[in-house]
Amino acid sequence: MTQEHVVVIYPHPDDESFGAAGTIASYREKGVPVTYLCGTLGEMGRNMGNPVFANRETLSSYRKQELMKACKALDVDVRLLGYRDKTLEFEQVDHVAAHLQSILEEIQPTLVITHYPGYAVHPDHNALGTAAIKAVGNIEAVRRPELWAQAIATNYEKELGEPDIRHDVKPYWDKKMAAIETHLSQASGMMSLIKEKPDFNENEELEHLRYERFYRWNYNN
Amino acid sequence: MEAIIKEKVQQAIDQFADKDVYVHLETTNGAYASHFDENAYNVGAFIRNAKVKYEHGKIVGSGNAYRVGLKLDLGWVYAEGVTDYELDHQNRLLMAGHDREGRLMVALEISETPFSHESVEQS
Repeated sequence: MTQEHVVVIYPHPDDESFGAAGTIASYREKGVPVTYLCGTLGEMGRNMGNPVFANRETLSSYRKQELMKACKALDVDVRLLGYRDKTLEFEQVDHVAAHLQSILEEIQPTLVITHYPGYAVHPDHNALGTAAIKAVGNIEAVRRPELWAQAIATNYEKELGEPDIRHDVKPYWDKKMAAIETHLSQASGMMSLIKEKPDFNENEELEHLRYERFYRWNYNN
Repeated sequence: MEAIIKEKVQQAIDQFADKDVYVHLETTNGAYASHFDENAYNVGAFIRNAKVKYEHGKIVGSGNAYRVGLKLDLGWVYAEGVTDYELDHQNRLLMAGHDREGRLMVALEISETPFSHESVEQS
């Protein structure tokens, strides 16, 4: 039987913590290795810490450190893909897909998690999701991992139907919060929201954090 | 970065005049503007490592927001809403405008060497 291994493909340091930290933690609890392929260093982010401690030129270094801490907190391996924040959609899709495929062929994951193209709000999310889906599709069917795509857009459930996977990550809430908190330059807004409204059922933003939802990609049609 | 001290910024702008310099110019309201508010527009632009030479530049304004203009042979570089500055350890002039949550809204940076993907080291 194939050894389980999960690969998460998102473009920014913090996407993993906000989007999938609970799911990641549940796999790590079972002893399944998880590798995060992080597309960029989020160097064009506009959050500079609150109060501000980074600037446009130092932000990438801070975010790289934050990413390393988050991955340590979540106990996952991380690989930096080296693209530049905001520019992923202007890269050649086939080139990015081939890059991802070469890494996937090496790791041989059983599950790949990425963003749902067209429903992931940030252009980098949509672009890297597109490339990831293509990369997995290019792997021959017998060795092809399962792929879960995460949608974020406000309209997604109306258009795509109910997600196939809906993880209530409450059991891993502390772990998820610890991971989010490592992203000091980015997360201050979200952290104050959480502290103001600890009952996360009452707040739509926090509800998104509690339930990590994914669509199982169907390669057969 | 610290709040703009007009004289110091003007001095720094003068020091780069008549030299080949690299400019990073940017404005953004973030990639999530219309996600969090459906009536909002996502707007932004940036140019990184534009190589220019300006004959002179000025910082104008007072109080909490400034404008910076650099006069080129054939045009202008312009930024509005600049609030903070830093002359970093590589002697680059970094200027930016932040909103009340500390988010960057505009940036104008001038350097004699190209801006890199990652900063070498943070202090």
